Amino acid sequence: MTEKYSGILIFAEQKDKTIHKVVFELLSEGRKLAEQLGVGVYCALLGPGGIDAKELIYRGADAVYYVEDDEIFNMPDELAYSENLVNLIKTIKPEICLIGATSLGRSIAPRVAAALETGLTADCTDLRIDDDGKLIQIRPAFSENILAHIVSDKMPQMATVRYKEFQESKPDFNRTGEIVSFNSIRPMDRTFEFIKELSRKETDISDSDVVVSVGAGIKNSEDIKMIYELAGLLKGTVGASRAVVENGFISREHQIGYSGNRVKPKLYFACAISGAAQHIAGMKDADTIIAINTDPSAPIFNIADYGIVGDIYEIVPMLIKRLKEINQN
Amino acid sequence: MRVIVLVKQVPDMERVKFDTEKGVIDRKSAGTEINPFDLNALETALQIGEKTNSEIIVLSMGPHSAEQSIRDAIARGAHKGILLNDKKFGGSDVKATSVTICAGIKKIGNFDLIIAGMQSVDGDTGQVGAEIAQILKIPHISFVEKLNEFDCNSLTVTSNIWEGIYLKKVKLPALITVTKDINIPRLPSFKNKMLARKAEVTVWGYDDLEEHLEESQLGFKGSPTKVKKIVIPKTAHREGKMWREDYSHAVDNLIEVFKCRKILEV
Ligand SMILES: Cc1cc2nc3c(=O)[nH]c(=O)nc-3n(C[C@H](O)[C@H](O)[C@H](O)COP(=O)(O)OP(=O)(O)OC[C@H]3O[C@@H](n4cnc5c(N)ncnc54)[C@H](O)[C@@H]3O)c2cc1C
Ligand SMILES: Nc1ncnc2c1ncn2[C@@H]1O[C@H](COP(=O)(O)O)[C@@H](O)[C@H]1O
Repeated sequence: MTEKYSGILIFAEQKDKTIHKVVFELLSEGRKLAEQLGVGVYCALLGPGGIDAKELIYRGADAVYYVEDDEIFNMPDELAYSENLVNLIKTIKPEICLIGATSLGRSIAPRVAAALETGLTADCTDLRIDDDGKLIQIRPAFSENILAHIVSDKMPQMATVRYKEFQESKPDFNRTGEIVSFNSIRPMDRTFEFIKELSRKETDISDSDVVVSVGAGIKNSEDIKMIYELAGLLKGTVGASRAVVENGFISREHQIGYSGNRVKPKLYFACAISGAAQHIAGMKDADTIIAINTDPSAPIFNIADYGIVGDIYEIVPMLIKRLKEINQN
Repeated sequence: MRVIVLVKQVPDMERVKFDTEKGVIDRKSAGTEINPFDLNALETALQIGEKTNSEIIVLSMGPHSAEQSIRDAIARGAHKGILLNDKKFGGSDVKATSVTICAGIKKIGNFDLIIAGMQSVDGDTGQVGAEIAQILKIPHISFVEKLNEFDCNSLTVTSNIWEGIYLKKVKLPALITVTKDINIPRLPSFKNKMLARKAEVTVWGYDDLEEHLEESQLGFKGSPTKVKKIVIPKTAHREGKMWREDYSHAVDNLIEVFKCRKILEV
């Protein structure tokens, strides 16, 4: 069975003709795996015409299969995306298929896996090749308390991979490769009567270098202003624990954690957050973690580089004042 | 209309203890509950049901104890509960789970809408819903955070996907997965609690589903993905410096940290 399947196929997610950065991360990781296996790296680019597909070659693909359609790929239509991806996979027969664990990726990958009657590992954070040339898919489980090493005994071996786990591959303009155009198929049964974009995310908190987060120690929504002020002075964005979101003090977009956003900033600043496992799941990979909490036994201190046992209502204003002084000089 | 809600029984993840040596959760350390996202799925079904006079069936696959979750769902307003339970179902991964649940759905038959949670807090793949939709050859909409309009033929919802908020209208039959934002689940009512205690929970095993299921698709054997190893993640080394008083000194130190880490330009 393995003979028939060869190479690594990466789903090159795009929106408005811009390729998602997770694709460049998958290309750098995919190249490493491909080198070990001695196979090629291919991209499946499903989108409207006019996308710069060469960029994918420069960043590590040996070939790009460009399924061009101006109509069906302008919207997150799971049927259109998954049927075309299935069609492509059946033709190329890659041994490994990697999809970024973005919201779209997470919605179409299971459809594709089910259609191909193969396995699918969700939300991987690391990938390796074992001695038999099989893909080891590593994913956190149980609120990130463990890492499970998973293998699949069906082809293709499919996984969704989290954004920001790997370095982006750098473009090398001397790289060459083929861009193969591939016919699109329109889902026969157009059961989606319409899809319309209402609004889009303005700032993606997961792209911020600095996140200043607030927890249930904040007394009312008015007081969050000081957190915004601190975040502003540090050129960062504001995050929150679920407790604050559920109090209605701030919108869900700001939630950090297991059921919110995962962030990996240079600095994560936790203000009055206890550090529940579900919160830590979303921020533990920050380069530097600072925590302020009145309770010296709060679990957040176990993972903080710098901790202050104290009241945010006292310390945050002091910090703001000092930062403003520095800015003035 | 007939609406099927997929509910999974999970350990109470906020209380469950974790054995970091062995890499397993101590299931006895906490009770079980309905997967929190599935309560939102149930609430969505109940709201649709009230307006369209629909039958709400909860379907769960799991151990005998999952009957408790089904009773809980009935206490919250579901009309009927079915548990898929068989030794042969043990060790199922996403694919085997989806195939088995689909067999249950086919046996129920004549459904218009299937509602699942966006993910389970223990399995945590968020894949079962969309796999089921594919196997049943119906469309699905993931991450539904608002129910805009519905009738017996179609559903219009708001979905948070592709770095945006999208309004989607789909013809039924279809499957949706819902987020926590869609609603606040109601609590069990006293009257329904009494009903739930007496309610009959239908249990189907492999023999009942044989018509829709091959034995090779089941459980561990029917699962293409296998856990080879469990590793306890290394926690990153952290400096772990603490200040308990003299906040002004602490603040000075933080400013130095900001400068060092190039967060403040100097
Ligand atoms: C399935 C599931 C998913 C979840 N997903 C998430 C998620 O994505 N994100 C998330 O955050 N949580 C999530 N949770 C909830 C999580 O378990 C915790 O309940 C939550 O993180 C607690 O938030 P908190 O730390 O702000 O509140 P608390 O735990 O109440 O902690 C508040 C802290 O503030 C301190 N404090 C109080 N006043 C002050 C003051 N003036 N100055 C300084 N310190 C002060 C207290 O000592 C305390 O440590 C999830 C739970 C479950 C079961
Ligand atoms: N064993 C199960 N029984 C019933 N529903 C399930 C089961 N496993 C998963 N589901 C449904 O699928 C959703 C996603 O689960 P998961 O893919 O495990 O994250 C859950 O919120 C449930 O609605």
